[in-house]
Amino acid sequence: MKYEEKMFVSGNEAVALGVCLSRPHVISAYPITPQTVVVERLSELVEDGSIDADFMHVESEHSALSAAMGSSAVGARTFTATSSQGLLYMAECLHYASGGRFPIVMMNANRSLALPWSIYGDLRDSLSLLDSGWIQVYVEDAQEALDMIIQGYKIAEHKEVLTPFMVNLDGFVLTHTYELVQVPNQQEVDHFLPPFETVNKMALDAPKSLGFSSTPQDNLEFKYQQHMAMMKSIEIIEASDREFGQRFGRTYGGMVDAYKCEDADAVLITLGSITGTARIVIDQLREEGLKVGLFKIRYMRPFPVNEIRELGRKVKAIGVLDKDISFGYEGTIFTNVNSALVGPDSPKVTMNFVGGFGGRNISKAEIAKMFHDLLFAMKGKPYDRVNFVNLGVKTNEIRK
Amino acid sequence: MIKPTLRNYKRPVYITDYPTGPNCESGHLVDKNSGWRTFRPTINLDLCKGCLRCYLLCPDGVIFKSNSKVDVDYDFCKGCGICAHECKFKAITMTKEDKE
Repeated sequence: MKYEEKMFVSGNEAVALGVCLSRPHVISAYPITPQTVVVERLSELVEDGSIDADFMHVESEHSALSAAMGSSAVGARTFTATSSQGLLYMAECLHYASGGRFPIVMMNANRSLALPWSIYGDLRDSLSLLDSGWIQVYVEDAQEALDMIIQGYKIAEHKEVLTPFMVNLDGFVLTHTYELVQVPNQQEVDHFLPPFETVNKMALDAPKSLGFSSTPQDNLEFKYQQHMAMMKSIEIIEASDREFGQRFGRTYGGMVDAYKCEDADAVLITLGSITGTARIVIDQLREEGLKVGLFKIRYMRPFPVNEIRELGRKVKAIGVLDKDISFGYEGTIFTNVNSALVGPDSPKVTMNFVGGFGGRNISKAEIAKMFHDLLFAMKGKPYDRVNFVNLGVKTNEIRK
Repeated sequence: MIKPTLRNYKRPVYITDYPTGPNCESGHLVDKNSGWRTFRPTINLDLCKGCLRCYLLCPDGVIFKSNSKVDVDYDFCKGCGICAHECKFKAITMTKEDKE
């Protein structure tokens, strides 16, 4: 660790700092709550000359990502940011960007989806776009947000990956809260993240036809290639985490971050900032003598299937906390975890805890109750597969 | 007349023979598209005044100047009929292609 500077910043500002240090050529973004501050800070940094980039004013999120693809297609390092309705408005372009293999980095502030209209956080926006071909990482705090923007470019631009990269931050809880952040030195970042070089671009001396159609004879092959690049990215993600650790002294565990799972009977799987609260609960329950652990999934795509199978072999009960739901079934993280566990690696119990929608708080007491539910289920008490957490009313089944 | 360069599309054998994403070198085509045509434009040179209206309006740029009148590159004409529709002198007629 050399010449680092400490700054007291919000999650949004940490993202803007990460982008600044990554030296993008083009920033094309449309403001939306709770991501707005990212766009504001970046426009200021471009205005005062801190970033030598073009800031494109666009009329929508659909245009923001379309413009980002255009600049990425000529080999420019490109950034965009969005949230919620904006992410869904650019949904068409998400598939375009991944299919075109444009290594754009995007910040997404996780926010609920209408209706009912809500500006507050949950994960229903990005998780509904797991199939769009983007690498998706979920960060826990502002430091990890800053670091993952820089790593995002490293991973996305790797010649064997060339896949766009989405950094997800919980809206408000993470985007608008302040913490002390280590800001890496520019020279060190330049060593870690050299300029973007690719042959896969349009150039004046080598004009290309980009984004053409395919007949049924070739379509599957392009999609297979995309899938294999995403699978390959697992190796690159882990290498990037190690190299970042050597250079800046911070590692995050690669695909996942396990906390006190070694001897645990019951483990809760989380994404994003709720993990911080859950860590405190683990410490409290450990003091009471309960063998509980926490397992943070960092990457939803590519999915940490090997890590989850290994966890399944070690523990007796796995709970999955989903701030999202696929109506008519269950939480999407739960579905993904269970599919990894199919076969001999499955623990005795898997339970889904669904809640925290539209900014609803999930308290330490509620997380502790999840562990108690898991431990009871483990001992043979009947349990429900899908459990809504902290409903504010009684359900009608028990109406008298 | 400038004709598009035709280059044979070699079917990939290995996945790495494909480009990374759908892109390729510009400036060539891999196929003629005369087969798309149901109707074929025929120019009656006695009626043609060489006004170049069809030359300007052809969406595929397959009409070219020839001896102060016009002619059609039948390798790439898709038979849309815009030239015939737009001709003020009814010098272009569309006739059904004889496909066997």
